[in-house]
Amino acid sequence: MIELTSITKKYMMGSTEVDVLKGVDLKIESGEFVSIMGPSGSGKSTLMNIIGCLDRPTGGSYILNGTRVDEMSEDELARVRNTNIGFVFQTFNLLPRESATENVELPLLYSGVREPRALAVEALKEVGLGHRLDHRPNELSGGERQRVAIARAIVLNPPIILGDEPTGNLDSRTGAEIMAILKELNAKGTTLVIVTHDPSIAAHSQRAITIKDGLITSGAN
Amino acid sequence: MLLWQVIKVAWRGILANKLRTTLTMLGIIIGVAAIIAMLSLGEGAKKQVMESISRFGTNQLKVRPGAARLGHVRTGSVENLTMDDAEAIEKEVPGVRSISPSVGSTGQLKYANKNATSLITGTTPLFMEINNFPVAEGRFFDETDIKLLKRVAAIGTTVKKDLFEDGPAIGEEIKIEGQTFTVIGIMSTKGQTSWFDPDDQVFIPVSTYMRRLYNQDFLNDINIQVENYEDIPDVKKGIERVLRARHRIPEGVESDFSIRDFSEMIATMQKTSQTFSILLSGIAAVSLLVGGIGVMNIMLVSVTERTREIGIRMAVGARRSDILRQFLIEALVITVSGGLIGIAIGVGLGASISYFGDWETVITPFSIALGFFFSVLIGLIFGIYPARKASLLDPIEALRYE
Repeated sequence: MIELTSITKKYMMGSTEVDVLKGVDLKIESGEFVSIMGPSGSGKSTLMNIIGCLDRPTGGSYILNGTRVDEMSEDELARVRNTNIGFVFQTFNLLPRESATENVELPLLYSGVREPRALAVEALKEVGLGHRLDHRPNELSGGERQRVAIARAIVLNPPIILGDEPTGNLDSRTGAEIMAILKELNAKGTTLVIVTHDPSIAAHSQRAITIKDGLITSGAN
Repeated sequence: MLLWQVIKVAWRGILANKLRTTLTMLGIIIGVAAIIAMLSLGEGAKKQVMESISRFGTNQLKVRPGAARLGHVRTGSVENLTMDDAEAIEKEVPGVRSISPSVGSTGQLKYANKNATSLITGTTPLFMEINNFPVAEGRFFDETDIKLLKRVAAIGTTVKKDLFEDGPAIGEEIKIEGQTFTVIGIMSTKGQTSWFDPDDQVFIPVSTYMRRLYNQDFLNDINIQVENYEDIPDVKKGIERVLRARHRIPEGVESDFSIRDFSEMIATMQKTSQTFSILLSGIAAVSLLVGGIGVMNIMLVSVTERTREIGIRMAVGARRSDILRQFLIEALVITVSGGLIGIAIGVGLGASISYFGDWETVITPFSIALGFFFSVLIGLIFGIYPARKASLLDPIEALRYE
C-alpha cells in the first residue's frame, strides 16, 4: 500500500546540490509496523516527510493506496495528510492556546466536519484522556501531551500513522506507555511507521529498515 | 474550515493579545471616527445651506453701491445708488418681479427708561416678500405710510425683547434717534445667522428714513426678486447694463456698484464646510494608512510567532488557502472591530460637535456604511501580504521552527 520506487530528493544548499535520497525503493504493506533507523543526516527524516506527503520527491514514484502521490497538487496532498495519515511528533506539536479537545478537533475542522467535538472526545477517551478534555497542553504531562497528539492523529481513522521519534522526549516508562498505545492501534489494523534511533523502540517493530547516506541498507522489501 | 470557526479562532487570538490588538486598532478607530465626523459635518453644512435657502429665498439679488472688492469688503461708504436707479431697474430690466430699495444705519432707540442700539432699516412693503420675512403681529407699513412719510415702525423680535420685554408693544411710542415713532408691527423671528441677527432691526418707511430721519438721498441697497431662479445671471447682466448707463461708466471701467446673489453666500458656506471636510479626510486618510501599516506589522509578527502553528495546521490537512483565509480573517477581525469602535466614537464626536460647537451635524446610514467599508478595505489591503506569507511557508520548515 506504500510503494516507493527509485525515490530521489535533492536540496539546494546555497549553490551546491545535496542528494539526500539517492534512489530509495521501499514497500510497506497494510497493517505493518515498520521502524526506520539511521544516523542523523542519513535522510530518514526526509524519507518520513515524503511518506507523510509533507514533501515531494525530486524523482521516482510514490504510490499510496494505488494512487500516484508524487504527481498530486498541493491541495490534494493536504487532503491526503488530512484523511490518510496521522502524525505523531517528538515535540508533540500541539497548539498551546487550545484545549486538548480543540487540538484533536483540528483535522476534523479541515475535513469539514460540522460537529467535531463528539468525535474529538471519543478519540481522547480512546487514548485514556477522558478526564483531561479541557486542559491546555501546558497543564498536561509529557505523556499526556503525546496522548493528545495520538488522539489527533487517529481522530479521522487514517490507515497510516507516522511517528517521528514519538518517545524521544519522554522518560522510559511513559515512552513504553506511548509505544503500547501505538502497538494497540497497529494491532487493530493501522499501518505504523516509526522513525527512531533507539534500537529498543525499533525492536517492537515487525521490520526494521536501516538507511544510510540516502540509501536503504537493510529491510527494504 | 467553516467561516465561523475561523472567526472564532481569530477572535481568541485577539483576546490573547488584548493590549497589542487594541493599540493596533487605534489607527483604524481614529480613521473611521474621522470619516464619520467628517461626513456628519458635511451633511450638517448641506442641511444648513438648504435651510438658509428656504429661509431667505434663492431668487434674490442685492445691489449695493461701491465696486465689489475681494472678499466683498467695501472701502468707505459710497453714495451713488438712488431711488431713481431702483425705479429704472424695476422698469427696464426684464425678469425682475419686484424690488425693494432699502437704507440702513445703526441708530439709538429709546422706550421709557430703556435704551437700545440696533439697525434702523428704511424700506418698502415688498421687503417682507422679497426677504421671506413677514410680520407676525400687527402690520407692516404700506404704500400710504410711505407716501405720507409716516413715523411708524415694525420691530424685530430682539428689539421687542430689549425694549418691552414681555409687555405689549403695538401702539406704543418709541424714540428713534430722538424722533417719536409708533410701533405698528412685530416681525416674525428669523433666527441668528453666523454674522448677523436679522431680528435686531427696526423697519420704517424708506421715505421717512430718507426725508425725516437722516435727510439722505442715496440708498444702501436695492433688494430684487427675480421671476425665476434660472434667470439670475441674465437679470444680473440687465441690471449691470441699466446702472452702468445711468451712472455713465465707460467701457472697461469697473462698475461703481456690486450685485450679489445668495448663491455666493451659499458657496461661501459650502467652502467653509469643505475646508473642514478636507482637513478631516486628511486625518482619516493618514490614520487609516498608518493604522493599516500597524495591522500589517502586527500580522507579520503574528505569522512569525505562529510559524509552528502554521506547520501543525498544514500537517493535519490545512491547505495553503485555509492558512491564507485564516490570517486574512484575523486582520479583518482587527480592522472591523476597530471600525465598529470608530463608528461609535465618530457618532459621539458628531453629536458633541453640534452640542458644543456652532455646527450642525447629521449622521447618515451612508456614512456608517462607508466607515465600515473602509475598515474592511484596510483589513484586506494590509492583511493580504502577511496572510500570503503565512500560506507560502514550507510545512517542514514551519514544523521545525523554534
